[in-house]
Amino acid sequence: MRKVLMGNHCAAVAAALAKVDVVSAYPITPQTQSVELLAEMEASGRFKGRFMRVESEHSAMAELLGAATAGARTFTSTSSQGLAYMHELLHWVSGARLPVVMVEVNRALAAPWNLWADQTDSLSQRDTGWMQFYCSDNQEILDTVLLAYRIAEQAAIPAMVVFDGFVLSHTYEAVDVPAQEDVDRFLPPYQPRQQLDVKRPLAFGSLTGPRDYIRLRRRLDGDLRRSIELVERAGREFERIFGRRYGLWEEYRCEDAEALLVASGAPGSTAKEAVDALRARGRRAGLLRLRAFRPFPAEALRRFVKAQTPLAVVDRNCSPGTGGIFFQEIKAALYPHPAPPPVYGFIAGLGGGDITQELLEEIWLEAADKRAEPGAARVEPVWMEDPR
Amino acid sequence: MPRLEDEAPGTPNVIVSDRSMAENLTGNWRNLRPIIDPARCTGCLICWKFCPEACVELTQKVPLIHMEYCKGCGVCVEECPPACIEFQPEDAS
Repeated sequence: MRKVLMGNHCAAVAAALAKVDVVSAYPITPQTQSVELLAEMEASGRFKGRFMRVESEHSAMAELLGAATAGARTFTSTSSQGLAYMHELLHWVSGARLPVVMVEVNRALAAPWNLWADQTDSLSQRDTGWMQFYCSDNQEILDTVLLAYRIAEQAAIPAMVVFDGFVLSHTYEAVDVPAQEDVDRFLPPYQPRQQLDVKRPLAFGSLTGPRDYIRLRRRLDGDLRRSIELVERAGREFERIFGRRYGLWEEYRCEDAEALLVASGAPGSTAKEAVDALRARGRRAGLLRLRAFRPFPAEALRRFVKAQTPLAVVDRNCSPGTGGIFFQEIKAALYPHPAPPPVYGFIAGLGGGDITQELLEEIWLEAADKRAEPGAARVEPVWMEDPR
Repeated sequence: MPRLEDEAPGTPNVIVSDRSMAENLTGNWRNLRPIIDPARCTGCLICWKFCPEACVELTQKVPLIHMEYCKGCGVCVEECPPACIEFQPEDAS
């Protein structure tokens, strides 16, 4: 059924369609409506799971750690400071191999106080052992929550579904809401490998010596790498049922491109307009829109790049002192490489600045026409802004 | 040096224990063992009150410290008003 939904409501509708057992969340802008709608649906009986009210994001994730250990399918949502406050529990949940799914609406971290889109919040949880999927429109938000449950439960690794604050979270778009029976076919009930059961007591997560600890980390690292195959398989199964295809990334007009924009989140959608506009002016532009940040599709990227096709990586995030985080990850994936492409890093839109079509065209031209100094650009990012 | 090879999917990804938490003995963490001198003990119960592991038992005037659980933190040694608890190295006792 087609409906007009804001991004946050797409997340809530998807969680309800996934028949989540337990939701635990604390409100924070710009995520709040995603769990507000679930609370309303619970009150009116349309959502059959339990909504647990807590006093903080740290407690929200701690509750899901317990609920998932007891075998529940779980959901939460947060942003920015809330995610930072959850940090400790993110490690607990991934180490316990619990497939919690969380919506993470990108918002800049203080100080100074800011409410608007910026990916530094989610990317600074890079090393917590969670999967991260970046969405570019509201349909993709709904679909990716469903995909995240499928992949997370198969891999026994938690997953974040990430999208841009306000640009997607508060913007209404026409969205196809799938039928419950189709979702049930795609997403069978969660079957935990082991679970807390009062009739058969077990101790979880207790003290472990170095011999076992390094082996468990080896498993998590290997399983997260192998989940690339699960992402692709789930994408194919999703397409068979719903007709929409999602993979590790999306290629747009890449075949004969002189240079490629590399973008994620909502700017990855705007970038298609930029590519079309450049093509209309006779320039062979293309786009690589990254969806999966963890697992990171390093091998596929190494096979995909061409020495003569520069990459212009757009980061709405910054790791101070080293630059854009997607830029760093891409460079790391391409070293060493027999024929590496020039990689340019561009930082734009921090704290919610608009990454406009015109700005993306300028970024592409910087790389395609080698306006940015290649030497400096490969180490330091170029900071860009649409001054209007 | 030996490599730590990737383990096949299906090998355990978490470690769970079906043993009672009551068996979670911590006495082997201890380097120093608290010994109460019964002649000087006044039975004031300060050691019982302060023990962070709750492993001091009050079945008689001179308390009994359960060495299966005592981690040797030394709080009782520090707090005992008549200073009648002494630390002795584990290998000496």
